[in-house]
Amino acid sequence: MSEDSAVVDYHPMWEELGIDLPTHDALLSAVGQMYGDAFLTQENRPAGMSYLDFVMSEVHGLRVKELHDFRATGGKIVGTFCLYVPEEIVRAAGAWCVGLCAGAEFGYDEVERIMPRNTCALIKSFMGFELTNVCPYIKESDLIVGETTCDGKKKAYELLGEMQNVYVMELPQMKRPQDIAFYRAELDDFRAKVEELTGKALTAETLKASIKEVNDKRRALQRIAATRAASPAPISGKDALLATQVAFYDDVPRYTQMMNALADELEERVADGAGVAPAAAKRVLITGTPMALPNWKLHDIIEKSGGIVVGEEMCTGSRYYDTLVPEDGETVEEMFDALAAKYMDINCACFTPNQGRMDDIVRMAREYNADGVIDYALNFCATYQAEAFSVEKALQQAGIPIMKIDTDYSAEDIGQLSTRVEAFLEMI
Amino acid sequence: MRVLGLDIGSRSVDAVWLEEGRIVDSAVADSGFDPAAAARVFVERGNHDVLIATGYGRHTARESFACDVVTEIKAYAAGASVLFPGAASVLDIGGQDTKVITLGATGKVTDFEMNDKCAAGTGKFLEVMARALGFTLEEMAAEAIAASRTVAITSMCTVFAESEVTGLVHRGESRSAIARGLHESIAKRTVSSLKRVGAVGPLVFAGGVAKNPAMVALIRREFPGDVLVPGESETDSQIVGAFGAALCGLPVK
Ligand code: SF4
Ligand code: SF4
Repeated sequence: MSEDSAVVDYHPMWEELGIDLPTHDALLSAVGQMYGDAFLTQENRPAGMSYLDFVMSEVHGLRVKELHDFRATGGKIVGTFCLYVPEEIVRAAGAWCVGLCAGAEFGYDEVERIMPRNTCALIKSFMGFELTNVCPYIKESDLIVGETTCDGKKKAYELLGEMQNVYVMELPQMKRPQDIAFYRAELDDFRAKVEELTGKALTAETLKASIKEVNDKRRALQRIAATRAASPAPISGKDALLATQVAFYDDVPRYTQMMNALADELEERVADGAGVAPAAAKRVLITGTPMALPNWKLHDIIEKSGGIVVGEEMCTGSRYYDTLVPEDGETVEEMFDALAAKYMDINCACFTPNQGRMDDIVRMAREYNADGVIDYALNFCATYQAEAFSVEKALQQAGIPIMKIDTDYSAEDIGQLSTRVEAFLEMI
Repeated sequence: MRVLGLDIGSRSVDAVWLEEGRIVDSAVADSGFDPAAAARVFVERGNHDVLIATGYGRHTARESFACDVVTEIKAYAAGASVLFPGAASVLDIGGQDTKVITLGATGKVTDFEMNDKCAAGTGKFLEVMARALGFTLEEMAAEAIAASRTVAITSMCTVFAESEVTGLVHRGESRSAIARGLHESIAKRTVSSLKRVGAVGPLVFAGGVAKNPAMVALIRREFPGDVLVPGESETDSQIVGAFGAALCGLPVK
């Protein structure tokens, strides 16, 4: 990406994609404003964040253009919503993967005509983006892959399937050997589906390369995460969250390179004892439902209240990058076994039992020297809201302060949440 | 050193002046449309060395007066534990929200819960119900205490409860029994949120609604522990927040 492309007018491309231009302009300007207010007001940001600032300024521009150009040469785009859909397989069959989760309240009135009001914000958001024709990533997706995780998503994919080319992967709900074998078989079907889409074969060679490539992306994120254990923290939680959010749709090698550069800078900061917040700032670990772009609400509240977020135990956080796929597989079979084992090791609340997640949260709270944990659940997300009670219990037993928050994407409760967050920061 | 603590709430702005840790003056004003302006009157008296604000309008105060701020949670905890050493928990029912706080040995906040999403069970709720019954707040409380009967009120949402009350009045239900039912349902709901955070006695009941004798009596009846009300000692229950804020403004010794 080069800086001078910022002046390009993308309207013709958006129009070609069938984007509703006036509505889309309104969305972009709202997101731009939110971004400016949440990110550009921060002091002492790492210089490496300028890459992410640029990516965000081009969020529906240059990156979409890259996808567009890739498709013009016969490339295929696969849109996904969940970590359990392996990017490695998509890339090994020659396609590109983009995350489609959405984090803004948009088009709800349209959504509520076809879905219950009490559906979680994440689902409402991507359905709203689809129904109001404002998401170029949905438009650029040749195939959208859903998964049978929570009930809300399962039903949403049926509706989305009426409008887009949707394929649904079945996921087990437990992690016994037979469940892992089941998921492993689903991966074979998924491979066939992507190969059919691209007309290219996944080979041991392409898969090995893609495993390495995606692992490298995760390794860069692990490096960034590791620096957040330092006090003072070298990067704000908001910036670190943004880095993870962008991982789901940016060009893989370029992103990895830029994030490694950011990690270099952060490691230097740590060595120099330089930070973005005073060392006395209260350190918070967040756990819960994923925070899709442009959802920065809770981080913004915490950091504007004087705290600092030092980690995210969520799909836009450690659940995404904490574990790697073993790279020693040689045959496709071995590598698929490795993929199945790695992905079935993610601790999502859609699974039962889910003790692993409790252990992860307690471990992370200690590793990142958190003063307290905030459990964040989207309203109407049955699995995470219910599991919040187990999270609370596990943390209480570990002697770590915890506060539970149920919210959505709206700005309505920001005042009340700020008071609760401030009081929590005073308390811990 | 004189500290001015301000509690800028949605209904009132409360001020407490502390000298050597003791209250030397206090005042309460209506928030009106511009709570910052109401607060400014107190600030402009100019007889303080340190200013600190709490309450819903604390951030506005920080912008207007460049002062420190604390949350209502911390302020109430500080105020209540100084007024009543040994207090284990605090209940604050204010104009538009309810807070429940549990305290550690030294008066430190150990947990809290806020109902801040709707007016259910708050001062605002009682005002609306009093109007629906054609009583003043004082009359409604007196009627509730004197009532020989009660009627169950099922709605806690201010809007639904108002129509429920109007319906009951139209059906000829006695207004004092309705008043009783309203107070009882708030008390039950409040005590269940106290239990949820594991609050034990002695409980300090503060905030504007703690001036309502019917609420005090019913919370005492429902809560399994001692209930202490500031107004019954010397400090007005309404200024606990401002007092607590002022205490937080004292230099750490
Ligand atoms: S929270 Fe669970 S269902 Fe949602 S994206 Fe993460 S792994 Fe998938
Ligand atoms: S946040 Fe919860 S309800 Fe919403 S999509 Fe994820 S798992 Fe489903």
